[in-house]
Amino acid sequence: MDAGLLAQFVANGLMLGMMYALVAVGFTLFFGVLDIIKFSHGDVLTVGTFAGFSTYLGLQALGAADPWLQVLAVLLVATGSMAFLGALIAKYLVMPLKSAPPLNILLVTLMLGTVLRECVRLFFPDGANPKRFPRLLPDDALALGSFNLRLDSVLLFLGGLAVIVAIHVLINRTKLGLAIRAVAQDEETAKTMGINFTLIVLVTFALGSAVAAFAGVMNGLYYSEINFGMGLLLGVIGFSAAIVGGLGNIYGAILGGFLFAALQTVGAVALPFASAYKDVFAFAVVIAIMAWRPTGLIAEKTSERV
Amino acid sequence: MKRARFLFAAALALGLAAGSAVAQKKEVKVVFIGPLTGGVSVNGLGGRNSADLAVRLRNADPKAKYKYEMVVLDDECKPNIGVQVATKAASDRAIIAGATHYCSAVAIGTVDTYHKFGLPVIVWGAVLPDITYGNDYKEIHRVNGTMINQNEVNAKFSTGQGFRKFAVIHDTTDYGKGHNKYFSENLAKNGGTIVGTFGVTADQQDFNAELTQIKSLNVDAIYFGGLTPIGVRIRSQMDRLGIKAQLVGTSGIVSDAFIEGLGPLAEGVLAFREGAPVEKLPGGQFFMQKYAEAKYGEAPEAYGAFAFAAMNLILDTIERVGPDRKKVTAALNKVKDVDSIVGKISFDDHGQNTVAAITKYVAQDGKWVVWEDSEYATGKRKLAGK
Repeated sequence: MDAGLLAQFVANGLMLGMMYALVAVGFTLFFGVLDIIKFSHGDVLTVGTFAGFSTYLGLQALGAADPWLQVLAVLLVATGSMAFLGALIAKYLVMPLKSAPPLNILLVTLMLGTVLRECVRLFFPDGANPKRFPRLLPDDALALGSFNLRLDSVLLFLGGLAVIVAIHVLINRTKLGLAIRAVAQDEETAKTMGINFTLIVLVTFALGSAVAAFAGVMNGLYYSEINFGMGLLLGVIGFSAAIVGGLGNIYGAILGGFLFAALQTVGAVALPFASAYKDVFAFAVVIAIMAWRPTGLIAEKTSERV
Repeated sequence: MKRARFLFAAALALGLAAGSAVAQKKEVKVVFIGPLTGGVSVNGLGGRNSADLAVRLRNADPKAKYKYEMVVLDDECKPNIGVQVATKAASDRAIIAGATHYCSAVAIGTVDTYHKFGLPVIVWGAVLPDITYGNDYKEIHRVNGTMINQNEVNAKFSTGQGFRKFAVIHDTTDYGKGHNKYFSENLAKNGGTIVGTFGVTADQQDFNAELTQIKSLNVDAIYFGGLTPIGVRIRSQMDRLGIKAQLVGTSGIVSDAFIEGLGPLAEGVLAFREGAPVEKLPGGQFFMQKYAEAKYGEAPEAYGAFAFAAMNLILDTIERVGPDRKKVTAALNKVKDVDSIVGKISFDDHGQNTVAAITKYVAQDGKWVVWEDSEYATGKRKLAGK
């Protein structure tokens, strides 16, 4: 295998990994502050992507054709509306069930996911068909032998990286981040220290959902195609990535995302069976890792989460 | 005396019933099944409209003996859903016959159901050979050709255009596997070689890993055996990776949705389909004109004419032998050289219509254009890598 080809595989894998990592971060954030698993995360991503897509259609209808303006508006609407939706879900579905068995929240969010997904399918015009997502970023290509890299892929990757860095700074360097960490560590103590617990939970859900919407738009721009079921597998993979990395730890989620993408690429490329089995392979390895390290690769420290 | 009065009343009732039957035709139910939602729903909706058109025209005909009602069911292009709706239709004894299925994976899954319940059906779009040839069921018929003919022509034509070294991507349903099998066989006969075969799932999103490998194999062309949604993804990801090879598709991507999903990237993609294009069919003008008059929301798409022909043949048969499943089945099996808008229909002993014509298509300026009429055939435009 020549170097160009290898570089191509790495570039593909990194891009996939970035998307998985962004989804996984949401799962880990929610688990950090509330100890819950929110299964509607993947479908929130879908709704966010379709919100962004509608924004694009609206701008197109209004005649605002500048691609940079469109990207910005699509991202703003998608992340903004999903932040709102995330907070709504937290306030009206998750918080009231906070002291119920965790299984209840898991079930409720699982059902909510189905509702969201079916709503996109039924109420978005022609929602059952795949939609062509516009190419809004410059697509100049760099070709080096068998290595081909398009500028929009690079921009998307850098965008994802910027989001991850921003989350890192937010959690570790700001007062809000301190409050999130405090809540994650010990809810009661955080409350007695004067932290508004409900507000922090809502903000965390808004943050996680906005990141998912970002990942969804990124997905659309990268593949130039979106459909109502896109969040389903992304949600499952993001969840697995968060678990493998160590649920509750942001860096674990990111590591898990990239690891899963690497496994899929290896499964499709290096192994002697049909590439249709790459997911089977990747999930099988995930099971093996779970057996080896039940708490994930970067185990959650008992004293600190997020 | 009492008895006589009863007889009189009964006779009167009978007379009334007979009288009303003359005034109002007996209602007969037929069924249409196709994918009305999901990735290939454009084809399903086009087929449904076309079948509906056949029923409407018949109901408007004063000479028709019955009044027809078409029950429409959605198989979602999923075998499990397909079997459910097929059972629903077949177990309703009021339904006499049906035009069924666009997706091969669904059609092959439902043949047993139709056989078990004795419902005569005519497949209007699915191309897997085994649907008719894999069983001896008298109930199953098909108006469109199979993927065997399609791939024979494809392999011969593609190698003739100078594409010798192929990579194959196919979905791992019966449909994709069938295409892979028949294309591989025929390509070998025509002196082409396949350097890599990739089975992918029918809802896969990311093909970068497969395509990167294909890129390193330096092929002349990529053969794709699958349906529109992943066809769209593969073509657009080929572009992202800078793969210059020609994409050669099957009847599964001959749809407007493929071109809409890709925009300018669709240009120059090849595909093959059984039967002549609608506008060149014997009754094509008539069909298109009536279709336009009925003002449906969707285009008839590639298989609309077959759906129309299938439904029309069903209605003709019911008119002739009456609304009885067994009689309709027997009559359909004897169909020989019957005129239809897709040409003459003759069912062989497996209920397969023996059409030979395969049409070659190339995407040009946002439309599927018949190869012979395209600027690619005249040499004005070149296929990829030529």
